Amino acid sequence: MTNHWVDFKNADVVWVMGGNPAEAHPCGFKWVIEAKKQRKAKLIVVDPRFNRTAAVADVYAPIRPGSNIAFFGGVINYLLANDKIHHDYVKHYTNAAFLIDPGFRFEDGLFSGYDETKRSYGSKDTWKYQMGADGFARIDETLQDPNCVFQLMKKHYSRYTPEMVNKVCGTPKDAFLKICEIVATTAAPNRTLSYLYALGLTEHSNGSQNIRCAAMIQLLLGNMGMAGGGINALRGHSNVQGITDMCLFGQNLPGYLKAPTDGDKDFATYVTKRTPKALRPGQMNFPQNFPKWFVSLAKAWYGNAATKETNFAYDYFPKLGGASDALSIFNDMFHGKVNGFFCQGFNPLASLPNKKKVGDALAKLKYMIVIDPLATDTSEFWKPHGEFNEVDPSKIETEVFRLPATFFSETSGTLTNSGRVVQWGWKAASAPGDSKDDAEIVAELFLTLRKMYAKDGGAFPDAIRDLTWSYNQPLSPSPEELLKEINGKALVDLTDPKDPTKILFKAGDQLPSFGFLRDDGSTSCGNWIYCGTWSQAGNNTARRDNSDPSGLGQTLNWGYAWPVNRRILYNRASADLQGKPWDGSRTVLKWTGSKWGGNDVPDMRPDAAPEEGVMPFIMTPEGVGRLFSREIMADGPLPEHYEPFESPIDNNPMHPRVKSNPVARVYKDDMEAFGTAKDFPYVATTYRLTEHFHFWTKYSKVNAIMQPEQFVEIGEELAKEKGIKAGDRVKVRSNRGFIKAVAVVTKRIKSLEVDGRKVHTIGIPIHWGFKGTAKPGFITNTLTPFVGDANVNTPEFKAFLVNVEKI
Amino acid sequence: MALQSLDIKQRSATTTPAPQARQTIEIAKLIDVSACIGCKACQVACMEWNDVRDEVGSCHGIYDNPVDLTENSWTVMRYAEVEEQGKLEWLIRKDGCMHCSDPGCLKACPAPGAIIQYANGIVDFHQENCIGCGYCVSGCPFNVPRISKKDSKAYKCTLCSDRVAVNQAPACAKACPTGAIQFGSKEDMKDYAEKRIADLKERGYQKAGLYDPAGVGGTHVMYVLHHADRPGLYSGLPQDPAISPTVSLWKGVTKPVAAAALGLVALGSLFHYVMKGPNEVSKEIEKEVEKEDAQ
Repeated sequence: MTNHWVDFKNADVVWVMGGNPAEAHPCGFKWVIEAKKQRKAKLIVVDPRFNRTAAVADVYAPIRPGSNIAFFGGVINYLLANDKIHHDYVKHYTNAAFLIDPGFRFEDGLFSGYDETKRSYGSKDTWKYQMGADGFARIDETLQDPNCVFQLMKKHYSRYTPEMVNKVCGTPKDAFLKICEIVATTAAPNRTLSYLYALGLTEHSNGSQNIRCAAMIQLLLGNMGMAGGGINALRGHSNVQGITDMCLFGQNLPGYLKAPTDGDKDFATYVTKRTPKALRPGQMNFPQNFPKWFVSLAKAWYGNAATKETNFAYDYFPKLGGASDALSIFNDMFHGKVNGFFCQGFNPLASLPNKKKVGDALAKLKYMIVIDPLATDTSEFWKPHGEFNEVDPSKIETEVFRLPATFFSETSGTLTNSGRVVQWGWKAASAPGDSKDDAEIVAELFLTLRKMYAKDGGAFPDAIRDLTWSYNQPLSPSPEELLKEINGKALVDLTDPKDPTKILFKAGDQLPSFGFLRDDGSTSCGNWIYCGTWSQAGNNTARRDNSDPSGLGQTLNWGYAWPVNRRILYNRASADLQGKPWDGSRTVLKWTGSKWGGNDVPDMRPDAAPEEGVMPFIMTPEGVGRLFSREIMADGPLPEHYEPFESPIDNNPMHPRVKSNPVARVYKDDMEAFGTAKDFPYVATTYRLTEHFHFWTKYSKVNAIMQPEQFVEIGEELAKEKGIKAGDRVKVRSNRGFIKAVAVVTKRIKSLEVDGRKVHTIGIPIHWGFKGTAKPGFITNTLTPFVGDANVNTPEFKAFLVNVEKI
Repeated sequence: MALQSLDIKQRSATTTPAPQARQTIEIAKLIDVSACIGCKACQVACMEWNDVRDEVGSCHGIYDNPVDLTENSWTVMRYAEVEEQGKLEWLIRKDGCMHCSDPGCLKACPAPGAIIQYANGIVDFHQENCIGCGYCVSGCPFNVPRISKKDSKAYKCTLCSDRVAVNQAPACAKACPTGAIQFGSKEDMKDYAEKRIADLKERGYQKAGLYDPAGVGGTHVMYVLHHADRPGLYSGLPQDPAISPTVSLWKGVTKPVAAAALGLVALGSLFHYVMKGPNEVSKEIEKEVEKEDAQ
């Protein structure tokens, strides 16, 4: 998230849409309650269900699953039409004034440049900025040019009227307008809104654009960079932020460096393509440092083999040949293109959509290695468990190896929370039996493989042979050694570029910040954004000083937030052009006359005087926040409502010719596995419960007592229609399979009127499976469709079609 | 056994006067229903601190689980969906012992020292003295105590008397992530409640108020309710709880008789216990209770 958990207490309005923090993040949610108690904050909840967060909300509005963009579009339209925006902020800190190519169009549901045969935007040239003769993007500060972003946005979102919101989302008009009014109050410079979301925004075929909508609204309101503001992703696991940071997505290297692809024939091509040029004069354009981050990473991985002569071992880095997201990998597996699968801390049989397809895919492997503390459902995908897992082991040849690993509390190391705060945790207990730490398992495997390569040779042993492995005990790299390596160090004496006689760091010194990384091979760093976690001062993530002179909960000496211990991202935007805080009572940053000071690490060159005009969004080459994302997104520069791939209505009410996301990737057999509203008339949405954690706590007796048995939630009206009473057993079917569960009949899910038709929603918690202490249950993802977001392929778990009947 | 640091105010079926040399402040737990998200952390903390576990049950078509108080579940969340004039509310209440100032359970209890009221207000069951008669169940206006099938003794929330004795908040209060469970002196809790009630009134809950019912002399577990005028909305929280007249009679006018009678009951139960074991005793005494209640 841009801000952090404690910062929620600084908000005047908290808007939760696409999340249920009271349910899934009860400990962090305390700060929302704190905002209510201490600042008289208003809490808004928009969700298909009146959930636990809604139970303590001031305003709740229902919404049909999968229609978020229509709602957001309506809010944007309200803010623009009623002039409820933070003018100075929008004018200077966003790209509202930027001029877009005059050829840019949006017609009949498609942006200009669409190629139907490829289901993609073949040409995005018309989505680009108009460039001036000076080599910079052209702007119109009056915001009047018809091709400026502000005008294009106004036009684009004028279609999202309150009536249209009601038609698409089913949200009652009065509830929608009430929310707009409350949201709009935070356009005042001294009022902030904190936007909270989780997988309710991401798990859609237009998930990335959902999140962009929320960010755009926060830019219009001037809430980015502010204490009590921001766009705050509530990560679903205590260390999911850390996982993302460390690159467990194939498209990235650590620190969100884009991984090389087959198209990047050589080091120069790769680096040039990823090192942007500033789009406006005088901007920091921080990603221009890409070569320093990549070269330092190469040094951390390949040490002496990474030299200028070897192009820093660029050839050792794997090159992506195509998609590498979980869906594409399992699709390849399903089609027999994968031999072996390492499954580490992952339960894909339960976690990925369409359990049947995932199980069939696993059955086509030659071997699978499961590294996990638990005997997961995945590790027993081959074993019959009654109707919960109907398989024939005699037809499955996959050899499964289970390597028992440790839990987080059985090993020391860091967790990175949603607020980017990296916190060291100390081992609390020894792991039982023969289980080993993940690092030990990987080390043993690696060293064995390397020995085999040395002995037997093999194709391209270089990348394995030359990998650095300088741990005290090679078979057991310690968490301390790993964090030090990730942080990075000087490899030679580093001198001050301004004064070559001055030595800044001696060879071997841990570096305090990525500002000192170099692209000549003189520094190493395993993840540039984690540089500073373990400096010469020691393990900064282990700091536990909760003193808070700011009163804002910044606690700069507690743990270590990436980047460079900054607690609120884009915090330069919390002050006006002259450097004066928009709200003096919540100062994050201010210009002191010679440098930036205040209550946070400046997200700005510390001595950049306001007159220099260096804009706050230093990670963009334009220096400002993007209302219009130019050619960056796959599915358009402005978010547009598209129906979920399984939709209860016939057409997209916004534009009948284009119903669902026109560029989302759908594999042929998955397209055929979609159901229609004729056979599956009800919308289903999946989610977590507070009593459980994913597919993990079903093994824990206390959690199992709290919520012992699989259930689904059905609104009273539908239940009555179907003759279902609370406590009855029901069967829920999609076109991909069925589950059986107890019915919870509730007033908290209402039927909605959508496009002239009554739409019922069924809520399906995810936590059960055939392994564990809780009552055995069906894997909820038996039902879900195998399709993902157009940009990052996060599966559409939140909106699909089912039917239900009493058993 | 009573803890040394907890002075005793009342002891069931005991006529010896309570110590009075020291003055202790009354404590209270305040449950702010308007800040409760029903996460059940309090239930888990209770199970873990007190080391009690129910069996893994089943889903009854509601969120409540375990579905009722038991000898192993001393607190449970009760979820009520209330819809009036098109406005839906999910009123979630943590249920458990209210630690009444005038405890019906203690009044009804015939076993010397099985129920204790400390000077700080906590009402505690001392199972080693419990004869399993179930009088406390009939004496309780909140339907809280539960008799264990395993040892025929009554169990309920102790307000973590062991923690409070060493200046720690009850486990549930410590675990509550949103601060919906507050703990402190009863006076401080009332002050805190006042602020919360003012906030709720500002948010449109005109009838917000404190639940500290006079019929039982006030309680040491209090609620902040959005609808204090209608506590019944919160899964049947009693409007005007009072000790059943039978119990009042038993401990009132007829006290001397009662003292003699309970001596006999205790003797009888001991005899039965020695001869036939605990279950038989409790059944027999339960019958007596039922008979008495019916009269």
